[in-house]
Amino acid sequence: MSARRIFARPARFAAIAPYVWMVLFFLVPFAFVLKISLSQTAIAQPPYEPVFDLTAGWGALKAAFAALSLDNFKLLGSDEIYVFAYLRSLTVAVTATALLLLIGYPIAYGMARLPKRWQAVAMVLVIVPFWTSFLIRIYAWINILQHDGLLNQILLALHLVGQPVVWLSTDSAMYIGIVYSYLPFMILPLYATLAKMELALEEAASDLGAPPWQVFWLVTFPLSLPGVGAGVLLCFIPIVGEFVIPDLLAGSNSLMIGQTLWLEFFTNKDWPVASAAAIVLLVVLLVPLLLYERLQKRQLEQGR
Amino acid sequence: MRKVSRLSRFNIASLALGLAFLYLPILILVIYSFNDSRLVTVWGGWSLRWYREFFSDRAMIEAAWMSLRVAVSSATIATLLGTLAAVALSRGARFRGRTLFSGMLYAPLVMPEVITGLSLLLLFVALNAERGFWTVTFAHTTLTMCFVAVVVQSRLGSLDRSLEEAAMDLGCNPVRAFVAVTLPLIAPAIVAGWMLAFTLSLDDLVIASFTTGPGSATLPIRIYSEVRLGVKPEINAICTLVIALIAVVIVIASLASKLSSSQGESAAPL
Repeated sequence: MSARRIFARPARFAAIAPYVWMVLFFLVPFAFVLKISLSQTAIAQPPYEPVFDLTAGWGALKAAFAALSLDNFKLLGSDEIYVFAYLRSLTVAVTATALLLLIGYPIAYGMARLPKRWQAVAMVLVIVPFWTSFLIRIYAWINILQHDGLLNQILLALHLVGQPVVWLSTDSAMYIGIVYSYLPFMILPLYATLAKMELALEEAASDLGAPPWQVFWLVTFPLSLPGVGAGVLLCFIPIVGEFVIPDLLAGSNSLMIGQTLWLEFFTNKDWPVASAAAIVLLVVLLVPLLLYERLQKRQLEQGR
Repeated sequence: MRKVSRLSRFNIASLALGLAFLYLPILILVIYSFNDSRLVTVWGGWSLRWYREFFSDRAMIEAAWMSLRVAVSSATIATLLGTLAAVALSRGARFRGRTLFSGMLYAPLVMPEVITGLSLLLLFVALNAERGFWTVTFAHTTLTMCFVAVVVQSRLGSLDRSLEEAAMDLGCNPVRAFVAVTLPLIAPAIVAGWMLAFTLSLDDLVIASFTTGPGSATLPIRIYSEVRLGVKPEINAICTLVIALIAVVIVIASLASKLSSSQGESAAPL
């Protein structure tokens, strides 16, 4: 008790450096995104009209405010490409998260049922791919999925298909890539809750005559909901803004919002529209982000 | 009493399939990096040819060197800042904007990278900073310090407080108690945090693409531009080297956390 109080003062000083850093490199940049999303596109370097110039005095500032425009946001709302991109991002994220839950749950459940010694090994085995490069893992799948890649060779050898299947540049390839990349993020929180669960509860249910599916549906699953929530948020939020996976594995006829943003920025050099797209993406993700923050904070600050 | 661990056939099958799904693609990639054939899909016997190709590819080597430098410097700054942040949050410091502080620390963990990258670039442009090594390093520090903070904070949370209290009862001031007692106990988590920050930085494509300048591409940026043009055996070799490097890092990190688990509860690398 006393230690907690005495520690509080030096701990406050420990906050200064990281606090300043995060304000400067995380919070302030969003102000710039907002500002540039409200400015006009210009063919210049940097490619936008400066919105504020504090040295120019009050009159200029007022003029600058008058020049702020919502044109970029109107463009996003009226141009089908962007609307479709947002809708597609959400659809892809929902579908992929559902797939991840479906595939990840049995794996996490199996891990939690292992003898204690093996659980630690299994956990390391699941974490290791998370450490290996994202890009490399996607590239590994390009190797397998390409026209004369391993998957087609196997399918042909087994006479399951008559001619090579086109995998690359399809949605199935993209879903494989997303599930592959995000699986550890789904498994780990699920495993964490499942491992803590009292086995006696399941046993009691089955002793009282519940068939296995009922035990799962009425006892196991409801008790694992915190893990499900964490896993779903941990996957859903970044997938909505995903760029690399759809860019390398999916076709180019329908883009996700991360890709549109990238394209506006790097190819069209339209920074204001890219910024507006980022703002809208952030607004879409605000609720899941806040939910995730609360979960994370509860987990870390009040013990687990 | 029934046995506590009841492993059904279904459990074993899903575990085996899951692990195979996670590891087979990487294994195939590694095997094909030793393939002598120019065609990635035709096996032409074992060879180190593509590794030689990589080591004579100047642009790739330069990109790899840039990536390593960025990863080491950003991981070091991130570990310092992230550990401080973890201490501030877990040792009950009350200060203005604490909620904002923890919010800023947890958000980048899941924030889509395109947003983080774009916002940092706009900051650097506004500051008129010359884009290159330092801008990428600072950008990576911002992302990875949050991961370090989470790893260290979870270790601090599982620590026995009475040890610190005992040190202070014996006359240490809080700072000294922290340095003499707490710091050695959380050292493995700090090491694991540095390793995680290092690999995240080595891995990042999106944020680096936004924040780097002309002529200073990182390895993922180079790999990405090659991959877009198609599969090349040389890329398999580079990827295998990166995997090998990361494997070494993981072994060190897990040794560090084994060290920590022998002193109490284990600090998982995530």
